[in-house]
Amino acid sequence: MLDELRNLYQEVILDHGKDPRNFRKPDNANCEATGLNPLCGDRLVVYLSVDESNIVQDAAFLGNGCAISMASASMMTEIIRGKTKFEAEELFRRFHEMCTSDEKADFSDDEDIERLMVLSGVRQFPVRVKCATLAWHTMDAALKGEEEATTER
Amino acid sequence: MAQPQIRDDIGGQYELSRIREDFPILSEEIHGKPLAFLDNGASAQKPRQVIDAVRAIYETEYANVHRGAYYLSEQATARYEGARDIVQCFLNASSRQEIVFAKNVTEAINLVAYSYARRVLEPGDEIIITDMEHHSNIVPWQMIRDERGLVLKYVSCTDDGEFRIEDLARLITPKTKLISLTHVSNVMGTVVPIREVAKLAHDNGAKLMVDGAQAVMHMPVDVQYLDCDFYAFTGHKIYGPSGIGVLYGKAELLDAMPPFLGGGDMISTVTMEKSTWAALPAKFEAGTPPIAQAVGLGAALEYVSGVGIEAIAAHENDLLSYATQQLSSVKGLKIVGTAPSKTSVISFTLDCAHPHDISTIIDRAGVAVRAGHHCAQPLMERMGVSATTRASFGMYNTREEADTLVAALESVRELFG
Ligand SMILES: Cc1ncc(COP(=O)(O)O)c(C=O)c1O
Repeated sequence: MLDELRNLYQEVILDHGKDPRNFRKPDNANCEATGLNPLCGDRLVVYLSVDESNIVQDAAFLGNGCAISMASASMMTEIIRGKTKFEAEELFRRFHEMCTSDEKADFSDDEDIERLMVLSGVRQFPVRVKCATLAWHTMDAALKGEEEATTER
Repeated sequence: MAQPQIRDDIGGQYELSRIREDFPILSEEIHGKPLAFLDNGASAQKPRQVIDAVRAIYETEYANVHRGAYYLSEQATARYEGARDIVQCFLNASSRQEIVFAKNVTEAINLVAYSYARRVLEPGDEIIITDMEHHSNIVPWQMIRDERGLVLKYVSCTDDGEFRIEDLARLITPKTKLISLTHVSNVMGTVVPIREVAKLAHDNGAKLMVDGAQAVMHMPVDVQYLDCDFYAFTGHKIYGPSGIGVLYGKAELLDAMPPFLGGGDMISTVTMEKSTWAALPAKFEAGTPPIAQAVGLGAALEYVSGVGIEAIAAHENDLLSYATQQLSSVKGLKIVGTAPSKTSVISFTLDCAHPHDISTIIDRAGVAVRAGHHCAQPLMERMGVSATTRASFGMYNTREEADTLVAALESVRELFG
């Protein structure tokens, strides 16, 4: 198996892809959005419950897609829980930057981003970047009160 | 560069190695591996004969067509109209006026939707299509339906992806005015018995439009024998250039239809008040046409006819049975679409991996396949899958490439299994 493929499909990704965390529809979600990747037809719904001090108390998702999109959604729901809206959006911005930056960019200053580095293998597979960012686009749309997100904007 | 060993499996009449040599791209390496191009259903590669024909017209015979009274324009016109003659012969249409050039099959279907269905059908009239159409044979009808208050009905295929004419017959009512079907499913390879459908349609006073995008490169198509009213195909899937498609229509229908687009080339006279239309087929070819693309298509059809469409079909049929058998040995692999009459298109799912992951992984082994919904989302829903991986074989593919595919899928199992 080639190194690049091993790097894309790291154990953590395969694990989250096969057994996604927070794969459910919570009863108390107060923000949700549907994410669509029109190119491949992938579709997922992100559910958030955000309290009055703008803290994400719960994050979950449902949908189906490739290992990359499932793993990314799964890890996202774990990481943004307990974050403020602002922090979650900031993480999205940095995660997006990581997926599209060149290899040398350093993100080791931040524990969450460091954890998400396992997804950075997509940098060598440009068509798969959207798989990694779909859940995040959708989370961002949910926080902004939009119903739909697409990777094509 | 080392060429893979090619076995000629049908008694040597089919000169597979020579055919492969005609396609320059087949000797490219992808990620350091010999290319196994199994995405012919999306678009096919081009033989040198097509590339040379396109180059030749630009290098020696190019000018706009139907305009100038000078040597090059006459020459270009002769080549463009010559391509029409080749298409007429290829489809066995009864006259060259029945061959209209379009940009692709999508545009050809839209032409029929706008210039025929939109004008002729009345509110409440029905159009019947199948649930295995490509989006390009669904969306135009939905648009016309909404505008004109028509009814759009779908014949469903069986769980095996087979088309049953009885199921179509059951949907037909006196209100049914148009049936528009794919000749071959782009996802499953299912072949629809067009001649029988045409008889059924005509017995019930309906017209038949056929989307032949996935058929013309796999089987002989004779529009007079099929007796369909419209037949469309696209150049790039039959080893020709992109940017060129064909609409065949029976002359009396095309004649009665108003133009689709207005502009230059499609008029007889224009005054400030009104215009009169040019004769067929120019009436439907507004503006400067895709000149070199038409010439390239002509070269592609001559190439395919030179090899022989029956010989190609026999070779592809061998690949279909071989690949089907080999794929069936992969654990957890399920073929979607197993109709008795199929072209060399195999869609499948693998229990351990999503089609996008499969396609990324096997690409590194040089294998190009399509993953996703294949622009046939209603069919995906019908078959209960969200996406499939599709291997589609063409005239130059080999049994070895099917083996490469199977080996690459085993490596997917290793990673995901
Ligand atoms: C059955 C079928 N119809 C229509 C099309 C559309 O072809 P084009 O994009 O060349 O118009 C395709 C190809 O994608 C097809 O497979």
